[in-house]
Amino acid sequence: MSADSPLLAVQDVTLAVQGRTLLAPVSLQLYAGETLLLTGPSGSGKSTLLKIIASLLEPDSGQILFQQRDIHTLKVEHYRQQVSYCFQTPQLFGDTVYDNLALPWQLRQQQPSREQLVAALRSLHLSADMLDKNVAGLSGGEKQRVALLRNLQFLPQILLLDEVTSALDEPNKQRVNQLIAALVAEKGLAVIRISHDVQEIDAAERILRLTPPAAGEQHESA
Amino acid sequence: MNQHNISDSSLLLSLMLVLVALLISQKEKLGMSKDILWSVTRAIIQLVIVGYVLKSIFDVNNDWLTLLMVLFICVNAALNARKRSRQIDHGFIIALVAITSGTALTLTVLLLSGAIAFVPMQVIPISGMIAGNAMVAVGLCFTNLNQRFSDNQQKIMEMLSLGAPIKRASAGLMRDSIRAAMIPTVDGAKTVGLVSLPGMMSGLIFAGIDPVKAIKYQIMVTFMLIATASLSTIIAAYLSYRRFYTARAQLKP
Repeated sequence: MSADSPLLAVQDVTLAVQGRTLLAPVSLQLYAGETLLLTGPSGSGKSTLLKIIASLLEPDSGQILFQQRDIHTLKVEHYRQQVSYCFQTPQLFGDTVYDNLALPWQLRQQQPSREQLVAALRSLHLSADMLDKNVAGLSGGEKQRVALLRNLQFLPQILLLDEVTSALDEPNKQRVNQLIAALVAEKGLAVIRISHDVQEIDAAERILRLTPPAAGEQHESA
Repeated sequence: MNQHNISDSSLLLSLMLVLVALLISQKEKLGMSKDILWSVTRAIIQLVIVGYVLKSIFDVNNDWLTLLMVLFICVNAALNARKRSRQIDHGFIIALVAITSGTALTLTVLLLSGAIAFVPMQVIPISGMIAGNAMVAVGLCFTNLNQRFSDNQQKIMEMLSLGAPIKRASAGLMRDSIRAAMIPTVDGAKTVGLVSLPGMMSGLIFAGIDPVKAIKYQIMVTFMLIATASLSTIIAAYLSYRRFYTARAQLKP
């Protein structure tokens, strides 16, 4: 892959379910170390687009290239480890927070040490004893941070963030944003994130505004 | 041996029991009168036919015919279990493989151990008991899988989004579904003899066999029901879970 080719290229992707258009044609390109902010009214297909990019949904038409290769030619499990989607209102699986943070390790035939996981929790202002807590007892904000840490146990190349700060208070929102910004700047992580937060929109370098399917095309503004 | 013939007139009189159900249905407006009549008529016709078929198969005593009858039982059990499969396509094939494997393995063990002999009079009734139990367990397994996959879509997607293979993303649901499908069989084994005297044992006692001898058969039946239910549900669950995903490891809508 040459240095000036995009990490991800989405070309004219659409999706309709039972005759209802969920996503009007969208195209975008994303380079390493870049952050693209997705915005638009509800029903414009933002989450749908991220799920399609993460290969959790199959588009009706269009093509997605990752490192210039059609994602259908890649093993889907490996692709999802590199292009990782983080849910807006995560439910968390298994019994405990440990189950959630350990899964990415187990998928790679590795075993995390408790110290590693506790350090990860602390980085987002979560206490060490949270590791053995039952997921059912967590608040929405705690679930959001655990879910994000799950995606970051092994750094993907592209992180797809679906309003991951929507349930967080201001200090925690800033912690999350600083953590992501540092990974972008230092590790070349590429990010597509959905946000309605004014500060996050103001801080974005690239914004893609989706419009509801009936209203027409999407517009990108710098 | 004791007298255990039931006369046609007493059988006819016992039909009054059905009238009780019909009266209750009418009085409480359950709207089940047609269903009850239909099911009773079906039961009578089916059993009469089966009675004559079994009599002639027992008389012929041919190994292939016996196996064919076992297969016939498994096919019918699978047809019935399939009704619970809903979103699971190829439900019939999955149920047939699961029920037939469970039945075949259990029968083989019973035959090799000498617990039963390969004569139609023993193989066919035992197959019916095994396959019937497997049918209920596989049907329950299907119901549970459907329910759990539709209730836990997001949890599954969260695992998939981290790169989990579909088998890993389904493991918890499969375990829960298998467990739930086996509960009736396991509970039945726990209370056997305390709550109900099961068919096999009751039949032998009716026929005048010493209850202490009859329980030996019932113990064998308990063993074989547990073995078949677990084997059939595990096979059904492992053959079914892929049906909830597309070839691209995405949950089917």
